[in-house]
Amino acid sequence: MASRTPSLQTGRNPFRRRPDHAQGPMLEKPRYIRSTALRLGTYLRPEAPALLVTSSLVLLNTALGVAGPYLLGLGIDQIADPPKLLQLTLLALTVYGLHWVSQYGLSYIVAAVMQRVLHSLRRDLFGHLQLLSLRFFDRQPHGQLMSRLTNDIDAINQALSQNLVELASSALSLAAGLAAMFALNRWLALGSLTVLPLMVLSTVGLGARTRKVYRELQAQLATLNGRMEETFSAQRVVQAFGQAASSIEAFEQDNSAVLVTGMHASLVAMLLQPLMSVLQHVEVAVVAGLGGYLVLRGLASIGTIVTFISYVRLLTRPLRQLGNLYNSLQAALAGAERVFEVIDQEPELVDAPQAVSLQDIEGQVVFDGVNFSYLPGLPVLKDVTLSAEAGATVALVGPTGAGKTTMVNLLTRFYDVHDGAIRIDGRDIRSLQKASLRQRLGIVLQDTFLFSASVLENIRYGRLDATDDECIEAATLANADPFIRRLPEGYHTQLSERGSNLSQGQRQLLAIARAVLGSPSILILDEATSSVDTRTELRIQQALLRLMEGRTSFVIAHRLSTIRNADQVLVIHEGRIIERGTHAQLLAQRGFYYNLYMSQFKGTNAS
Amino acid sequence: MPRLFASGPTTALPHRDQKRTHTMRRLLPFVKPHRRDSILALLLVVLITAIELTIPGLVQRIIDFGIAERNISIVRQTTLLMLGAGLVSALLTVGNTFFAVRVTSHVSAELRSALFRKIQSFSFSNLDQFHTGALMVRLTSDVNQLGFLLLMSLRVFTRAPLRLLGSFVLMFLTNRQLASVIFLLLPATTATVFLITTRGWPLFGQAQRRLDRLNTVLQENLAGVRVVKAFVRANHEKARFEAASTDFMQDTVQAMRLFSLLVPTLYLFVNCAMAAVVWFGGPRVVGGRMTEGQLVAFVNYLLAMQFPLFLLGTMATVYSAAQASSGRILEILDTAPGIQNQHGARTLPHVKGRVAFEDVSFSYSQQSDVPVLNGVNLIAEPGETVAILGATGSGKSSLVHLIPRFYDPTAGRVTIDGIDVRDVTVQSLRQQLGVALQHTVLLSGTIRDNIRYGQPDAEDEQVVAAAKAAQAHDFVMDFPAEYDTEIGQRGVRLSGGQRQRIAIARALLVKPRILILDDATSSVDAETEAKIEAAVQRWMVSGTTFIVAQRVSTVLRADRIVVLERGSVVAVGTHPQLLASSSVYREIYESQLGSGGAADG
Repeated sequence: MASRTPSLQTGRNPFRRRPDHAQGPMLEKPRYIRSTALRLGTYLRPEAPALLVTSSLVLLNTALGVAGPYLLGLGIDQIADPPKLLQLTLLALTVYGLHWVSQYGLSYIVAAVMQRVLHSLRRDLFGHLQLLSLRFFDRQPHGQLMSRLTNDIDAINQALSQNLVELASSALSLAAGLAAMFALNRWLALGSLTVLPLMVLSTVGLGARTRKVYRELQAQLATLNGRMEETFSAQRVVQAFGQAASSIEAFEQDNSAVLVTGMHASLVAMLLQPLMSVLQHVEVAVVAGLGGYLVLRGLASIGTIVTFISYVRLLTRPLRQLGNLYNSLQAALAGAERVFEVIDQEPELVDAPQAVSLQDIEGQVVFDGVNFSYLPGLPVLKDVTLSAEAGATVALVGPTGAGKTTMVNLLTRFYDVHDGAIRIDGRDIRSLQKASLRQRLGIVLQDTFLFSASVLENIRYGRLDATDDECIEAATLANADPFIRRLPEGYHTQLSERGSNLSQGQRQLLAIARAVLGSPSILILDEATSSVDTRTELRIQQALLRLMEGRTSFVIAHRLSTIRNADQVLVIHEGRIIERGTHAQLLAQRGFYYNLYMSQFKGTNAS
Repeated sequence: MPRLFASGPTTALPHRDQKRTHTMRRLLPFVKPHRRDSILALLLVVLITAIELTIPGLVQRIIDFGIAERNISIVRQTTLLMLGAGLVSALLTVGNTFFAVRVTSHVSAELRSALFRKIQSFSFSNLDQFHTGALMVRLTSDVNQLGFLLLMSLRVFTRAPLRLLGSFVLMFLTNRQLASVIFLLLPATTATVFLITTRGWPLFGQAQRRLDRLNTVLQENLAGVRVVKAFVRANHEKARFEAASTDFMQDTVQAMRLFSLLVPTLYLFVNCAMAAVVWFGGPRVVGGRMTEGQLVAFVNYLLAMQFPLFLLGTMATVYSAAQASSGRILEILDTAPGIQNQHGARTLPHVKGRVAFEDVSFSYSQQSDVPVLNGVNLIAEPGETVAILGATGSGKSSLVHLIPRFYDPTAGRVTIDGIDVRDVTVQSLRQQLGVALQHTVLLSGTIRDNIRYGQPDAEDEQVVAAAKAAQAHDFVMDFPAEYDTEIGQRGVRLSGGQRQRIAIARALLVKPRILILDDATSSVDAETEAKIEAAVQRWMVSGTTFIVAQRVSTVLRADRIVVLERGSVVAVGTHPQLLASSSVYREIYESQLGSGGAADG
């Protein structure tokens, strides 16, 4: 906001998003200040020795900061006495030198301390995220979660790294300054004090008014930005339907509103500076005038006046920053609150205390009267019962949203059933350790997710201790080897974010290689709808067939070849298995499956 | 402190590119209309500085005439003068702030407006270059950065150098010899600021890169949570994160430690200067070559210089950040819209819908050696449904994008009823076309508003008719608010298939002569898709329909199927014809629907 007195202690970072006139201060209010602050404090506890040193340095700093002007004043009074002057000058230079050391030393230590605290906070947060259930992640767009976390930790960062020490320093400077003033000259000190309460009042009063005005501005900015973002995302539609003119019209309305409110907000915010400025000048005038009068009465020296003028600066600086500090600390606590909210989230389905680790399994899978819903009252699976022999291929077909993906989620224990049970080799999967269960499952999903690492590392994700050769072998089995070797750096080619420098077909092949490496006993496949060129399509089909050999496989099938080759086809509609059998048997039934097949693969209207 | 987890471009990294040194100057025209207010603001700055520079002189007066001559009325008088000066300077500051804020707010708004309008004229090729995130940063963060620089320039940033200069001049005038002692101060300070800033920037840049890495790990864990859990990689990911976090921490601390040298060092310089002043000035006062008041004034001038000196560091930072921002803003403003109306473009008359591609070639960029489309010749008659089939990268979307001039061909031409589409205005052309794009984008608002987006004043009956044809009416009526249902960010979440149907309704509503459906039913189940096709055929009975698809099942019923492979037409005909004559078509058909398909049922 208004006065931008440089931070005394730590270096300023130009990257930090500043609460400038355009957006105003970060206006968050924490709900439980005390408990959040205490909790944040627990992260500081391991740094106790460093913090002790920091506190001593702050004290030293303050003392030296007060000593400097005092020595200067003394010097001015002693100009007639050269040896004394020399003494004082040398003393002053020593003080200044020490001050430099203590200031820099303070920043030096605080930087490391606070970054360590943030590091452990980040680590705890991330560690806990790993424990949370899928439900947590599905519940909110992860872009939102991410920006929330980053903004919040940023706020905590600012508060810890700068504001906390500044607050302590300012408070101490204020106290030390006042004490020194009174020790030096009671009358002059009293005179200076007359202005102080006015300064505090104006900061606090104007601060509240400013926050109110900025809240309004931020709401309007949110509208403007929201509309802009939407327009840009939909820009192609805007062009296609020739609606550019009306877009501009709507924009200009929002823009004008922001202009008016923004001006108003800035003006209010910037009133503080001239106000403080005039109060500071008043104080200097008082010091000079009253000081002059006292000198004439022999109750003060000229040096005293000089010292007091310096002290006036010492006092007003903290007051000018009060508003900023208040906002920053509030924002930090609000942010910390949200971070702790995440850390306090219940972790996902915890393993039962007697959970067993799953050893080698045959792969017989049974769903016994399974019921499930994501939201209460909206059942997604109703009384699903099926049985798959070890090594069998089970194809799941049905309209979108019928419940096929849910069955996959339940088998992997991303979610747990509400009624009924799922058994592997006769054992209820809830009695097994999640980790060991998932390690025996191989999963290839529709939306292939790859990491921004090398191709080799991505494959190795299937089994971290695999050798390079084993990875290549897996890639060969998955029909991925040919295209990998043609990449610019072969297996060491770095994938860009989400693997977007590969085509969709290539990503599928990599995902299959990854799954192959894990040597799963049970395979779960969600076939991508074919947006893939013919050659790659054939490769994928072949690789999948190879992968499914000898393994119990559940396939959410879209390819006719897959369905035709399956040992069992389950038709799922509205959460129930309505038909089951082989492809040929189902066709003969001339029921739901028959209609689906005819309309999809034969091109005639369903009757 | 670098922002943790900051996503998006690093706003303040300096560009080493030399030709950017004049970049910000090019944005000066935005300030020109506000010349008057700006000059007033600057004048006020000069006045304010002048008044504030008198304060040390007034203190000097109190000491030299009030105290030394034991004249208490002078003390009183001068004190009042000081109070007056303070008051006047405060009032002038309010005025300065008023003008500065007004200029800055308007310039920012006008910059935003210019950018927004420019983007509204962008063609698809322009939009391919700039993603939404990049555009948003320019309209928010970058504009704010420039606004901030402008605001500071009209206030504090001009005040500081003036104060410095003024203080030096006054010190010089007060006592030449003593002033020369201080002359070392300025170069020492500038050198320090320069050294620390130039060495610090790369360090912060490094830290920012580590930050991006850290962000990426977090983002991947959020987006790929299923994979991480499925492969039980929590510990592996935690180790990755810890490593990235530690790297970031170390680089940040290093950078912060360097920058924290700045302020204490500047403090030290000023303090030493004050000690020097007293040391050298003292004997002068004693020797009668200087008054005590002058000595005190010197000290006050130095004290007043503290803040401006510190500001030098900040100024460099803000200026640098603003440079980077203005570069990015100019990127947008300098972009020529990819598609523009040619000179003398006329309005497209009411067409029948005969679309012809004459030897059309196309590639997305100049340097691409493999064209997306290669000498395509195709004619579609009014009343026909032409399906374009091919794999990803075959060029099918690109082909139909040429009709509404979303892109222009690099060779050959596209005509409608014999008229080259480049000879007519884009607006009149697109008015007669209806398009449902591959990635469905709906806007926040009611379903009704979305469907009539192309024609905001359409009647309700028209909206319902279009929705019925697109097989959307039924599910819309299932909602409690029916057509007034809000969709988008704060509204109902529609399934992929539902969104596509709304987009089709939107395209149908404008009653186009030529309809383009680009993979527009990929999320719709086969049964519904067939119904849509039938309804669309009825709707577009006299017009021309282009259907782009990857699934053979979508194109089975078209009047003509065009098979594209790597930018060239390899086969044209009806489904039975192609099955018999084209091996490519047969291959695609079999890979999707399996061999012996004809034998079943």
